[in-house]
Amino acid sequence: MKSRKEQPARSTISGSRVQTIFYSAAALISVLGLAEATYLTVVYLSGETAVCGGSSDCFQVLGSSYAKIGPIPVAGLGALAYFSAFSLATFSAFGYGRARTLFGWTVTAMFLMTLWLLFVQAFLLHAFCRYCLFSAAIIFLLMGLLVARPRPEPERS
Amino acid sequence: MRRYLPFIIVICVALLAVGGGAFLYRTKRAANPALKISKTETERPGEIVHVLGPADAAVTLEEFGDFQCPPCGKVSEPINQLQKQYNLRVIYREFPLPIHAHAKEAAYAAEAAARQGRFWQMHDLLYREQAVWSQSLDARALFNAYAGMLQLDLDRFKRDMDSSEVQRQVELDQHRGTAIGVKNTPTIFVNNEALTSEQMNPAQLPATVEAAVKKAKPSS
Repeated sequence: MKSRKEQPARSTISGSRVQTIFYSAAALISVLGLAEATYLTVVYLSGETAVCGGSSDCFQVLGSSYAKIGPIPVAGLGALAYFSAFSLATFSAFGYGRARTLFGWTVTAMFLMTLWLLFVQAFLLHAFCRYCLFSAAIIFLLMGLLVARPRPEPERS
Repeated sequence: MRRYLPFIIVICVALLAVGGGAFLYRTKRAANPALKISKTETERPGEIVHVLGPADAAVTLEEFGDFQCPPCGKVSEPINQLQKQYNLRVIYREFPLPIHAHAKEAAYAAEAAARQGRFWQMHDLLYREQAVWSQSLDARALFNAYAGMLQLDLDRFKRDMDSSEVQRQVELDQHRGTAIGVKNTPTIFVNNEALTSEQMNPAQLPATVEAAVKKAKPSS
């Protein structure tokens, strides 16, 4: 009788631990993306993308009109998005329920934006920037984690 | 303590990102010091200089350009307009970058056209048609077609493109650029002072040149 009562409790603890591990991994991956997007923002702000001299494909992508929305560089928006994903994943790892929902929405929005940017590189610019591809890989990984994440078990009465 | 831990982690990462970004920005700015053409820099013997505008112009704009570089293409027309508007002295130097497959050949084409007195026409045509020949597998055929459009002697143009004099001319320009510290294109000097990438922006360039003209002629 005693062991029957303990069973759901053990399962909840184990599920919670898996969720903590999952969101911690997502936070670590987001930090990688944040570092990369910060670097690209600095490259943009220092004016390096406004001249030729580095990788020509990267210039073509980062110096194109698609690399900014108004005066704001897409890399800067990316850095903000990665920081949001990191913060939400961190709070989720500490058990904040609402942060988990917001994390899902944030990663989905980043994934959709990544699909658009990949389309731009492949079909409009005909050039791929390795930094952008690295960022796309990170977001695909986050999206993969989001899809495969363990769902909280429904509470039993 | 556990309650505050996520806040502490998030704030630490935010500070790290902002601090790291600021440090990287400063490092990059310090690595690219402002270039300047020294007054002792003179033309080498046998060097042909492509100049538009009067020798006694108040403002001289010297560009190190690569015909396959898109930002060079973007500033080309604004520079032409500014030259006419302010009667600038514009100097163009070849600086084809190795990352661009056809840049050197394009520079040879412009120099070959210069041998028949059509440098600036070829310069404008190459920038105008940049998107076409840059993607072409046989850019040389297009350069020959452009020479035909400019009514050049085609046989002479082809010979000149392969000649050691034309290739030497491009090398001389490149050596001059490298000696000054040019690494990227376009690198633009206004009265021997290099412009920053913001100043070179086609939207900002007119204001930059106007300021230089006012500085050179304070009374007008």
